Amino acid sequence: MTDAVLAPVRLALVGNPNTGKTALYNALTGSRQKVANYAGVTVERKEGVLTAPSGRLINVLDLPGTYSLRARSPDEAVTRDAVLGRLAGETPPDVIVCVADSTNLRLVLRLALELKQVGRPFVLALNMYDIAQRQGLRIDLEGLARELGAPIVTTVATRKRGIEELVAQAEALAGSMPAGVNVWHEPSASEIRGAHAEAQRLLKAYVRPPERPDTVTGRIDNVLLHPVAGLVILSAIMFVMFQAVFAWATPLADLIEAGFTALGGLVASVTPDGLLRSLLVDGLIAGVGSVLVFLPQILTVFLFILILEDSGYMARAAFLMDRIMGAAGLHGRAFIPLLSSHACAIPGVMAARVIDQKHDRLTTILIAPLMTCSARIPVYTLIIGALIPRSTVWGVLNLQGLVMFGLYASGIVSGLIVAFVIRTLFWRGASEPFMMELPTYRWPDPENVLRNLWQRGMIFISRAGRIILPLMVLVWALSTFPYPPEGATGPAIDYSFAGLIGHFIQPLLAPIGFNWQMSIALVPGMAAREVAVAALGTVYAVGDVDGAGQATLASILHAQWSLATGLSFLAWYVFAPQCVATLGVVRRETNGWLWPTVMFSYMFALAYVASLATYWGAVALGWG
Amino acid sequence: MSTATGLESFTAPRRLSQAARGERGVIVRVAPAADSRSGAVDAGELERRLLELGFVEGATVEILHEGAFGRDPIAVRLDDARVALRRREAAAVEVRFETGATA
Repeated sequence: MTDAVLAPVRLALVGNPNTGKTALYNALTGSRQKVANYAGVTVERKEGVLTAPSGRLINVLDLPGTYSLRARSPDEAVTRDAVLGRLAGETPPDVIVCVADSTNLRLVLRLALELKQVGRPFVLALNMYDIAQRQGLRIDLEGLARELGAPIVTTVATRKRGIEELVAQAEALAGSMPAGVNVWHEPSASEIRGAHAEAQRLLKAYVRPPERPDTVTGRIDNVLLHPVAGLVILSAIMFVMFQAVFAWATPLADLIEAGFTALGGLVASVTPDGLLRSLLVDGLIAGVGSVLVFLPQILTVFLFILILEDSGYMARAAFLMDRIMGAAGLHGRAFIPLLSSHACAIPGVMAARVIDQKHDRLTTILIAPLMTCSARIPVYTLIIGALIPRSTVWGVLNLQGLVMFGLYASGIVSGLIVAFVIRTLFWRGASEPFMMELPTYRWPDPENVLRNLWQRGMIFISRAGRIILPLMVLVWALSTFPYPPEGATGPAIDYSFAGLIGHFIQPLLAPIGFNWQMSIALVPGMAAREVAVAALGTVYAVGDVDGAGQATLASILHAQWSLATGLSFLAWYVFAPQCVATLGVVRRETNGWLWPTVMFSYMFALAYVASLATYWGAVALGWG
Repeated sequence: MSTATGLESFTAPRRLSQAARGERGVIVRVAPAADSRSGAVDAGELERRLLELGFVEGATVEILHEGAFGRDPIAVRLDDARVALRRREAAAVEVRFETGATA
């Protein structure tokens, strides 16, 4: 028996969405959690561990929320397979914990009836029991437990109430009850109806409806879902979020950047000039800095998303935006990732996690980098300042501002068109029906929000960073090696692989009006869009492009580029995938190189065509 | 909760998709048109998904909110839960509405 005592108990948490399942998971495992991916799918595998009072280790698996074991999405398939014990590479759970919102038992009872068929021991955790009590909802726990053939524990995850009892019950079940015979099969429509009738019977027999039902949610919805007021409030929330990204995150990002520049300077001052210094300063330190610099934006965007999600508002935002997003074949929930992408595509791509359905999510990820991110602003400002006259149009509009607006609008419009094309040509009819529960409003739990925020940040650093950093070093290596020969007169980059690549692709880019300097600048510009400005400074041998250098560069561009070339370069930057970090994050979020490759190819093709049309259109207008 | 006194009168069954804000009633049939498709989802699958969300014969529904554009999607009270769905999918749900209950 010693073996059985030592073996950890494996619990799996199953439940409807919005039942506080993740809060319960956090309450159980605290900080002893790790996040990975299930083999072969993009579904996140969240597992934590705790030590029971008996000293026994308990592993807890937090499974994706579902209404049924009849899986409808990759997430729900993971839940089904984990419960049935047929998930490749996973040991089946000893005990299933079915998590229920005590104030909304109807649907979870039906799920519990399905779990009963599986034959594996399970506990029903009636979470948010305090709210049920406050509403005067009475549940005959003994009677219900007897009928379900499973013990019931009441919990308040956010206050850590009932956790010990849940652990004790699960441990007892694991020791006493062997897994029975699995008679579960995918229910037919009539079997679902039958289960509903049974759930209804159980409700009638053991649950007395609340004496003081919740009316707050209804009253809040009267305002937040109002056709006019609701949209105004949504816009206001989005405006605050957008402001926060620029007002809070950008200074922090600048600070991180400055910190790493200073660190680079420090390291440069103590290492001998040469390859090692260049590798350390321009390759590694700059590379790590360029990963961490995204963190403030990611954390700000996710802080908002987690609060909106936890409070129950996210479903309302999706409701309000569904018709508009739906016109382009997007899910209502795509709105927030796409808005976030206007700060940076990286938090945007990560935020697409709020969309459950695979095709809806992939479409959103694919168009996210078309939104005008903040890294494009330095490029746009430089080119517009250098080549677009500071004149007034129709008496009131500033021409430079108008071009800037046009660039933003092109990003949004082309994104919606691409989404529409993807949905009508490639994934025709793949759109899922929009049906979802509007959860009861509640105050977000600060501990949960912070824990999930921390988790997002760590995932980005450890997993996305692992892809981004080598790509950054690669871009550095291409721009550095080989060194210029003795007595070389041109800028060093001209002799590097980047220079070779630039000269090699120049004939390809000549039709869109790019000179060789621009072609070269595109290679280091892959590190991040704003790096193109510095790279142009390097190839035009301006030196430092900050402050006065920027004006010098602008005047050089003004003298050497035609307006057609400048417009073509702008068009290129609307579409081109000039950001390896984004491709790295897409690789991480889609769990493979397929979708980054698709993104890279379609965006390059689009950029080329757009620049070609812009260049020759401008030449035809006499701007060549 | 329910005020079913047996005295209210109900309309003949109508589709939930045709209802306006404030109307409430009892679901009498959940049946997507046999050859209809809802995006990636065929009639049988849509029926099961509606059932799983709680759209089942005998459940009470009330239209709470309508979207700003084309009054779509709709938010309904479904027994004691709130659910949002598009009118296209709501067409599969037939309801006997209370007369005189419209706002």
